[in-house]
Amino acid sequence: MNYLHISINVIVMAAIYTKYSLPNNTLSFITKAYKNTIFFGPNHIVRNIFNQKTNNEAFDIIVVGGGMVGTTLACALANNKCLQSKKILLLEAGNKQKYVSNDQYSNRVVALNKYSKLLLSNIGAWKHIQSHRFTPIVKMQIWDAYSDAMLTFNDDYLSQALAYIVENDLLLHAVHTQLSKKKSVTIINNAKVEHINLSNNIGIDSNILLKSGENFKAKLLIGADGQMSKVRDAMGVKYVDWDYDQMGIVATVKLCETIENVAWQRFLPNGTIALLPLTNSLCSLVWCITTEEAKRLLQISEEEFIDNLNDAFLKVYPKDELVKCGMQAFKKLFENFQLPSAVSRQLQPSIAGIVDGSRAAFPLGFGHALHYVQPGVALVGDAAHRVNPLAGQGVNLGFGDVTVLVEVLAKAVNNGALIGDTTYLHNYESIRLKYNIPTMLTIDALHRLYKTTASPIILARSLGLQLTNIVKPLKNFLIKHAAGTENI
Amino acid sequence: MNFVLSISTTVNLKENESAKSKSTTVDTKELNKFSNLCQNWWNPNGEMGPLHTMNPLRIQFIKDGLKNVGFVENSPNYPFKGLMLLDVGCGGGILSEPLARIGANVTGLDASKELVAIANEHKKLDESISSNLSYVNKSVEEFSEETTEKYDVVVASEILEHVIDQSLFLKSCVKLLKPKGSIFITTINKNLISYLAGIIGAEYILQVLPIGTHDWNKFISPEDTRRLLNECNCNTRLIHGLLYNPMTYQWSWTPLKSINYALHAVKNECL
Ligand SMILES: Cc1cc2nc3c(=O)[nH]c(=O)nc-3n(C[C@H](O)[C@H](O)[C@H](O)COP(=O)(O)OP(=O)(O)OC[C@H]3O[C@@H](n4cnc5c(N)ncnc54)[C@H](O)[C@@H]3O)c2cc1C
Repeated sequence: MNYLHISINVIVMAAIYTKYSLPNNTLSFITKAYKNTIFFGPNHIVRNIFNQKTNNEAFDIIVVGGGMVGTTLACALANNKCLQSKKILLLEAGNKQKYVSNDQYSNRVVALNKYSKLLLSNIGAWKHIQSHRFTPIVKMQIWDAYSDAMLTFNDDYLSQALAYIVENDLLLHAVHTQLSKKKSVTIINNAKVEHINLSNNIGIDSNILLKSGENFKAKLLIGADGQMSKVRDAMGVKYVDWDYDQMGIVATVKLCETIENVAWQRFLPNGTIALLPLTNSLCSLVWCITTEEAKRLLQISEEEFIDNLNDAFLKVYPKDELVKCGMQAFKKLFENFQLPSAVSRQLQPSIAGIVDGSRAAFPLGFGHALHYVQPGVALVGDAAHRVNPLAGQGVNLGFGDVTVLVEVLAKAVNNGALIGDTTYLHNYESIRLKYNIPTMLTIDALHRLYKTTASPIILARSLGLQLTNIVKPLKNFLIKHAAGTENI
Repeated sequence: MNFVLSISTTVNLKENESAKSKSTTVDTKELNKFSNLCQNWWNPNGEMGPLHTMNPLRIQFIKDGLKNVGFVENSPNYPFKGLMLLDVGCGGGILSEPLARIGANVTGLDASKELVAIANEHKKLDESISSNLSYVNKSVEEFSEETTEKYDVVVASEILEHVIDQSLFLKSCVKLLKPKGSIFITTINKNLISYLAGIIGAEYILQVLPIGTHDWNKFISPEDTRRLLNECNCNTRLIHGLLYNPMTYQWSWTPLKSINYALHAVKNECL
C-alpha cells in the first residue's frame, strides 16, 4: 500500500466535506501521480478519403454510438422544443437488437438514480419500463470483511427509493420505442467508423466516413461510443486511464430466503461483491474481483461457484490485532463525544443457485478524458469517463451528461448560436467536470481503499465506515451523492 | 476586456486615410492596432475569444430590453422575426450571425473592408442566414447619410470606446433608428478601476489582450453615454454592469458598472 492511495482518499474526503470545487488541482494531481497515463496523438487529417466519395449527406447532429447513453441522447435531443427541427443521425456499430420479453431476467442491469429516471420519464421511455418491470431499492447495506462496521442506507434518510434496477436491454428497448416516433432522427446500424475528420472551427462541418464507404457531415459530432471512443481519439484529447486488473462477474442469482428491495454490498480483501434485487427471490450479482480469480470463477462448476459466492458473503476474515485496538480507541473517542457507535444490521442473504447461462465477466478500469468538448464536438457517457461499477454510477454519470448537454444546446439555439459553438459546449464541460470528477475519484478511492489487506488500511476503512455511519450529515451527503440528489 | 470591432489591415489603412476628408468617427490608429487579428476572428480560442463568450449575455440583454418595451416574440425558433436590426461595428460577424439566426433582418456595418470580407466568407457556411443577413463596408456616419429611420434596433457592441467622435457616432446611430426604436450599447467605463482592470490587468498582467488594445482616453462613463444619447433624443432605460472572469473565460452580470457595462436606450417619438 502506498501513500498515493491514502492521499487520494484525503483529497476525496476533503472534497466531500467542502462540497468540492476542486477539478483543476485534482486533475493535474492524478495526471502526475499515475504513470500509466495515455496520451493520444493528434488527429491525422486524411482529406482524400472524403473527396473520393460522392454522397455526403449533411446533418445538424451526428451521435456516434447507440448504447444506452447515445440512444437516450438522440431521443432527448429530438424531444426538445428548441432542437426538434435539427436533423439527427445515430450511428451504431452493432446489429439492430430485437427485444423479446422474457420471463428470465437479463444478467446486465443498471441501478438508475432518480435523475436518470426523470430523464427517461421526460422522453417518455419510463412508462414502457414501468409497464414491463423494474425494482426500486429502498435500503442498502454495506459492510466489511474484517470488522462489524456496517453502513445502512435506508428510507430513514430518504423518502424515495435510492435507486431503480432496470435491465439494460429493456431500457434500450424503451428508449428505441420513443425514438421510432421521432421523424428528425435517422438510425444506421452496423455502422463501423473508418475515419473522422473534425473541423475544429465553429461553423465548419465535421466529416465521418464509414467502412461501408458512406460519408456524412455534421455541425456537431457527439461521441457516445463507449470506453474505446473513436471520436475521443480523433479529438486527440488527453485520456487518463488505469487498469484495475479486475473483472466484474455478473449473474442472476436465486436466494434461499425472500428479501424486499434491499441491495447488499460487501468489501472483500480482493474486491467487492454486490447483490441488486430483481424480485423477492432473484438478485443481480456484480462481483468485482482480480482478473485471475475471475477467470477461475468463470470456469468452475455452478455448485462450486455458488459455494464461492456464499463464502464471499458469509466468511469471516481474521481480525487483525491492530484493527481491534484501533476500533477500541475509536469507540472510546466516540463515547467521549456521546455518539452512537454501533448499528443494527439485517443478516445478509444466502444464495441457492444461479440462473442458467447468466454467468459472465467484464474487465474493469478507470478512464477520464481531460476535455469533453472542442469546437463542433462533444463526448458523453463512457467515452468521456469510465468508472468501476462499485458504486453503480456509470450509466448515471452518462445520463447526467445527456441532461446537461441537451439543456446547453437548447440554450445555444435559443440564442442564435451555431450548434457546435464552444461558448455553450464549454458550459456543458464545466458543469459536468464539477460533478463527474469528484464522483469518479470517490469511487476510485473507495476501490483502492478496499482492495488491500494491509493493516493500517483495514483500520482506516473500518474507521471510515464507522465514522460515516455515525456522522449523520456526512452519511446523508454520501447517500445523496450515490442517489444523485446532490446535483445532476 | 473590450475589443474594437473596426479593424483593418495596414493595406487598407492607406485607403481609409485618403478617403478621410470629411468628419469621421473612424480612428486609423485604432485600425492599425488590430491589423493582425483578422485571421483569428472566428477562432473561439483566439484573441476574439471574449467576444464569442460575451454573446449569451448580450443577446439576452437585447431580448430582455425589447420585451421591456413591449416587443412580443411570435415564433419560438425565430423570436426576432420581423425586426430590422443594424449591428454597428459588426467586425467578422460574431454578433450579427446569431441575431440573424433567431430571425432578425440584420445589416452588419463595419468600416474595415477586410473584416466585412471575413464576415461575408463566414456567412456562407450557414445557408439558413443567407437571405436575412447582409454586410455593408461603411462607417456609420457615411451609412446614415443615405439611410434614415430604417431600423427597429441598433446594436453598437464594444465599439464606442474605439471611435474618435463619440457624439457624432451616436448621432449617426440614432438617425438610423425608427422612432420608438431601441439602441443597445456595450462598452467600457472611464475610471481608475477600468484603467487598472481593463488595461493594466487585461493587457499587461493577464495578457488576455494584446498590449495597446485600449486607449483609456476614449473610455466613456455611463453618465456620459447617457448624456450623449439624451442629446440625440434617446431615453436611457437600463444600465447593467458586466464582468469578465479571465480564469473561466466567462462573462457575468454585476451591479457594478465600474468596468464594462451594457446600456439600453429608446428613441423618443418626436423632438
Ligand atoms: C459489470 C458491469 C456492471 C455495471 N453496472 C452498472 C450499474 O449498476 N449502474 C450503472 O450506472 N452502470 C453500470 N455499469 C456501467 C455502464 O454499463 C456503463 O457506464 C454504460 O453502459 C455506458 O453507456 P454508454 O452508452 O456511454 O457506452 P456503451 O454502453 O459502451 O455504448 C457504446 C456504444 O457505442 C457503440 N460503438 C462503439 N464504437 C463505435 C463506433 N466506432 N461506431 C459506432 N458505434 C460504436 C457500441 O456498439 C455501443 O453500443 C456497469 C458496467 C459493468 C462492466
